[in-house]
Amino acid sequence: MHGSRLRRNFLTALLLGPAAAWLVVFLVLPFIAIAVFSVGERAPEGGYQAALTLAQYANLPARATAFWNTMVLAPVGALACLLVAYPVAYYLALQAPQRWRLILLALVVIPFWTSLLMRTYAWMYILGGRGIPALLAFIGIEDIRLINTPGAVLLGIVYGYLPLMILPIYVSLERLDRRLLEASADLGATPISTFLGVTLKLSLPGVMTGFSLVMILLLGEYLIPTLLGGGKVFFIGNALVDLFLQSRNWPFGSAIAITLVLVSVVVLIAANRISTRVSGARRVDLI
Amino acid sequence: MRAFVIAVFAFLYLPIALVVLFSFNAGHHASEFTGFSVQWYGKALANPFLVEALKNSLFIATTSALLAALCGTAAALGLARVGIRTRAVFDALLGAAIVVPGVVIGISTLVALVQLFTVVNPFLASIWPDDQPPRLALGYGSIIAAHGLFSMALVTMIVGTRLGSLDRNLVEASSDLYATPLTTFRSIVLPQIMPAVVAGFLLAFTFSFDDFIIAFFVAGAQTTLPIYVFASIRRGVTPEINAIATIVLVASVLLVVLAQWQLRQRKPPN
Repeated sequence: MHGSRLRRNFLTALLLGPAAAWLVVFLVLPFIAIAVFSVGERAPEGGYQAALTLAQYANLPARATAFWNTMVLAPVGALACLLVAYPVAYYLALQAPQRWRLILLALVVIPFWTSLLMRTYAWMYILGGRGIPALLAFIGIEDIRLINTPGAVLLGIVYGYLPLMILPIYVSLERLDRRLLEASADLGATPISTFLGVTLKLSLPGVMTGFSLVMILLLGEYLIPTLLGGGKVFFIGNALVDLFLQSRNWPFGSAIAITLVLVSVVVLIAANRISTRVSGARRVDLI
Repeated sequence: MRAFVIAVFAFLYLPIALVVLFSFNAGHHASEFTGFSVQWYGKALANPFLVEALKNSLFIATTSALLAALCGTAAALGLARVGIRTRAVFDALLGAAIVVPGVVIGISTLVALVQLFTVVNPFLASIWPDDQPPRLALGYGSIIAAHGLFSMALVTMIVGTRLGSLDRNLVEASSDLYATPLTTFRSIVLPQIMPAVVAGFLLAFTFSFDDFIIAFFVAGAQTTLPIYVFASIRRGVTPEINAIATIVLVASVLLVVLAQWQLRQRKPPN
């Protein structure tokens, strides 16, 4: 039997080998590389010079505006997404006619998988000088500037990430045991207290999954602030593109990237904690 | 509530509809629709830079999605055979590959590869017999690898989920009836996970074809379609971009619909 066990282990290693190599070479090693860079120094001609210093981290306030914009607009954007997404998910899961449900769900999924670049670009049109402002001027409201404002970026965020917020909330609402809603009503609860005490509470894992996913992706967002914020509203993503592709200060950029990852981890852990505490269930898997 | 939902769907689809509409605009200006024409499609497809970028994107997306589908499916099968610890390590890494923002993936891959090349290239030059040693550089390979990372994690999760819901009785019945493990795999397991593999491939293709930010960092001298479109947008909106955006949108929608349809298939084993 020894031979067959050896063969079994060999087959397992063969199956997992390529994926393991891929994860190590293109995820673990690159992460170690930027961690090492982040405690290094900038070489005189740009790039990296070996060192062991926290100077790059101490220098983070130099990009305070980018951090501030991101740390404000990411949670606000995720919250705005949530407020729009929840009613939609609720309708899809609990009220939509059965034969419409799958079609509507597909209509939510499709934008999620179509190019964010193309979809954001559409808004440059609508918000640009020849779009809505031109229409407003036509009815007498002149000099309205929409594009290149924080509001435009927020709109782009809601537009871009709405599907990602709707899906996990839909999944958690769909799993909800409807008898609980009836029981709550039978026991004399008002619709509002049923919603707050049962529906909202039980869908919280979906809400937290959606919120943390959207928030994390927003922390690294580059396209939306670039196209709709026009260089006036810049995010950490813009700072990173500048530091790596233009001013070539890789150690400082690495320190920012590591900080970004740490903030993301904190967001994920906090979201998990909240949903475990309130509803006893962990996050919702999307796939 | 219904009115609100309808408004949200309008919000999601009107901008896309506008791009499609204006791609057929006869006039040059984005603000007024002056007549129906397909001239911008002709102009777009006659633009050699754009066609080159499109070809690059198709090649990169196909290759990275194929590799991801192969390695991801193998990994999902392998993970069903290992202990809880190994599984937990893999799950954590796969989760990280999906959740870490693209900008960080792009940067870290760029840093690691450039560092690797500064070591490997002089070494290659020193051992190469003639004066023209191969030089490793950023390009197709680095984009394919970086896209493949996310895609492989995605395929592993999709196929893994399908494997979890596989009917164990069929597998046991097959081996009770003296089928070899290979026969059982071919006639029971493979047909049941195939829709998940195909869906994973299609989603991986769509991801790679649409990705801008990762490619932006690791493309080197290469141009993908999103990079080209981004550069054109920054130079100013042209109706040509509307035409190419429409083509990309239609292709993405078809692929996603196909993938969703595949995921809902439950093929009976032969």
